[in-house]
Amino acid sequence: MELCLTDVAVARGGVPVLSGVSFTLAAGQALVLRGPNGSGKTTLLRAIAGLQPVLSGTITGASDRVAYAGHADGLKSMLSVAENLQFWAAVYGEHDIGAALDAYALAPLADRLTGTLSAGQKRRAGLARLMVTGRPIWVLDEPTVSLDRDAVALFAGAVRTHLGAGGMALLATHIDLGLEAQVLDVTGLRADSDALHGASDEAFL
Amino acid sequence: MIALLIRDLRLALRAGGGFGLGLAFFLILTVLVPFSVGPQSALLSTIAPGILWLGALLACLLSLDRLLALDFEDGTLDVLATAPLPLEAALAVKALAHWVTTGLPLVLASPFLGVLLNLPQQGFGWLVISLLLGTPALSMIGTFGAALTVGIKRGGLLMSLLVLPLYVPTLIFGAEAARRGAIGMAVETPLLLLAGISLGAVALLPFAAASALRMTIR
Repeated sequence: MELCLTDVAVARGGVPVLSGVSFTLAAGQALVLRGPNGSGKTTLLRAIAGLQPVLSGTITGASDRVAYAGHADGLKSMLSVAENLQFWAAVYGEHDIGAALDAYALAPLADRLTGTLSAGQKRRAGLARLMVTGRPIWVLDEPTVSLDRDAVALFAGAVRTHLGAGGMALLATHIDLGLEAQVLDVTGLRADSDALHGASDEAFL
Repeated sequence: MIALLIRDLRLALRAGGGFGLGLAFFLILTVLVPFSVGPQSALLSTIAPGILWLGALLACLLSLDRLLALDFEDGTLDVLATAPLPLEAALAVKALAHWVTTGLPLVLASPFLGVLLNLPQQGFGWLVISLLLGTPALSMIGTFGAALTVGIKRGGLLMSLLVLPLYVPTLIFGAEAARRGAIGMAVETPLLLLAGISLGAVALLPFAAASALRMTIR
């Protein structure tokens, strides 16, 4: 089933940031969101992941199919890399973390406490988490922050493998990953922030 | 769900997990009370059930701050909210993990601390039973409070203010059961009400906590 957004508008902190977002993503395709800081990429991705409601419009084909990776990695610093991944694998009903460790060259770090890793290593472990979810739609918010060039190549390879297996990927990123992907520039979709589409209660709260 | 429980228990036992925090507070409070009120054994045995219950309640409150805040900071809650596990179940499991790491040690330690406060011999059993019945409610109500305030930086004060009034019925019936047990009166009524509070909290509050959490993480 494809992921389909129709005329979606989203708000952050009660202020509408994007409106009229429409696109369709079929199996095996990727979409890259572009736009300056504060243009609403994160808010849109959180809405697709189901973490916040949309102001208007509809999102179909996303519920219970999204693996979300935000700015924070969702890893516990006092657990080892393998323990973290095994935990998330168990939550998503998967068992094998070997492929995820291999894809991000994490095998030598598997027994290290996550808190002792560098920022880039931690990020790699956070991205490896997506592979143990078994979910078809990867929603990635600035996935390449603090990754070095080799790690970016590992990441691009992992995304390509995922797409090749019929998955989908939505990425908000500023760098070119060399992926065959649609590009959606959200700059032109900025919502009129004076028009509070029924968001006044949130603005008040 | 079991994976989440095991993870939370494992985290609590690792360095910085705060496993001993509530227990140490409970111990310090009950050790210091005889020093502050003086060595009058009759007075101590009168106030012992109330002091022990109050200590257990405050020890629970002390550890609530970290119940969800740490998971919020490192993004775990965002991922849990999109995971196949319902958020209600996840929060119920987190409350259970909090009870196992905070409430249960308090229950097990209370008879030993009762000795320090000269608790009458017949009161020990009822003290343990009342704490065993009451502390699940403390953990579950606390999870709800933590879910309400998780998005607020340093929300500990607000959470304490929200949670303390909700703790009052548990404290009243719990301490009353322990007090009646200590002086040999019938304990059925306060114990039944205490069990009712705990069962009600465990049945209803996971849903309230999950709704609150969905609001705070959006």
